[in-house]
Amino acid sequence: MEVQKTALYNYHKNLGAKFVPFAGYEMPIQYKDGIVKEHISTRTHAGFFDVSHMGQFFLEGDETLIESLEKIIPADLKNLKVNHSKYSFLLNNEGGIIDDLIITRTEKGFCIILNAACKENDIKQISQFLKKNHKHLLNNDLSLIALQGPKSVEILEKLIPGVANLKFMTGSNFEYEDENLYVTRSGYTGEDGFEISISNKKVEKLIDYLISNDVKPIGLGARDTLRLEAGLCLYGHDLNENINPVEANLKWAIAKKRKEVGGFNGWEKIKNLLVNGSEKIRVGIKPDGKVIARENTKIFSSDNNEIGFVTSGTFGPSVNAPVAMGYVKSKFSEIGTSIQLEVRGKKYGGKISELPFYKKSYVK
Amino acid sequence: MSEKKFSKKHEWVSLDGDVATVGITKHATEMLGDIVFVEVPDAGKAVEKEGQAAVVESTKAASDVYSPISGEITEGNKAIADDPGSVNTDPEGASWFFKLKIKDKSEYDSLMSKDEYDKFCKENPN
Repeated sequence: MEVQKTALYNYHKNLGAKFVPFAGYEMPIQYKDGIVKEHISTRTHAGFFDVSHMGQFFLEGDETLIESLEKIIPADLKNLKVNHSKYSFLLNNEGGIIDDLIITRTEKGFCIILNAACKENDIKQISQFLKKNHKHLLNNDLSLIALQGPKSVEILEKLIPGVANLKFMTGSNFEYEDENLYVTRSGYTGEDGFEISISNKKVEKLIDYLISNDVKPIGLGARDTLRLEAGLCLYGHDLNENINPVEANLKWAIAKKRKEVGGFNGWEKIKNLLVNGSEKIRVGIKPDGKVIARENTKIFSSDNNEIGFVTSGTFGPSVNAPVAMGYVKSKFSEIGTSIQLEVRGKKYGGKISELPFYKKSYVK
Repeated sequence: MSEKKFSKKHEWVSLDGDVATVGITKHATEMLGDIVFVEVPDAGKAVEKEGQAAVVESTKAASDVYSPISGEITEGNKAIADDPGSVNTDPEGASWFFKLKIKDKSEYDSLMSKDEYDKFCKENPN
């Protein structure tokens, strides 16, 4: 398959981006400033991220569309108000997570933001439940820009009046350059911010404006350190088809009503796990020293029994220490439990830690 | 101190009598990005030419640091283990990695000069 590029590829190049292949796309991993500076400028000012590789999947249909989607998505879509968003998943028959996603109710149906690496398969999986009168479209004419950081609201409000009124996990249509664009107050960094769905034709103009307001371009490298500090999962690392939402410590993302009534893929299994708990569970991990416990690092109990593995690990620039997430046997998941991390054949001490590592500042 | 010599794996070496000082080059730090973890060897450890001797990690990934020269470690630079970011600021000065007592000076002589190394980096940008 040919490597794909987002509409901003040349723009990134001119900004000095270093590219890496990611989910079939050539994406910036970092720009001239480097990961730590990009991370800090997002936390202290604002940064923009080109996340146009993610799928913007639009669905239209009557009431039966909700029934169809609720078979594979455990959110309460019936009671989701127009312009409100939820974090949820696509689930397989075993309750395993096919993808994690953000679903927003639109005037005519729903918009689902899908992970780039999963989007083709996701659409196949969703389509199994759709009826003939349900229309769907993966819109590749749209870019998706995340604007994140404490100054985001002030900067975007000057360009697109009204965005400041949005609450976290809600969105609205706005007009910009004689075109419609859709803005949600959301993101994946633990900061206040927005995700802006905008036509490929107008996206450069938007970025020109952001850069003129000292918003820095942020690559996938800092996106990873930011989301990990915020305790957020990365699909393909912290989540996969063999992990269910209870194990992933994401049962909060299954709607209360759906937990009781079910009617979605894997419910029997999940219902049982909700009552009895799962054998393993996702936890936050803080190594004691400076050592970085990266993905696949083995986790041992203080008495040297293997109890799990790391799924994401890096240095957290805002925490100013290494941070990690992983899965351990549930009886070792209590906050403060001493563990050992095997790095390059040596065991280093660490502790099960609260998530997030970095406190969020969403506008509710 | 002798002139600095360079390896293809982006380490530098300087020689003072039979004690060599080894670090990673500025070019290496630019490729690595922000350095956030360093592990240096303890005194007494024997290292082989091109054998793994230390570890450096950036926000992106972990990399081994090899000794361009064989010998016995006399000192690891604890200061860089305490402040890994200092490797980005002064890689070819205060932020050396380790010192070792060498066995065979010809290993040092066979390394690249500054000009040869610069040319090597240009021809091998990654």
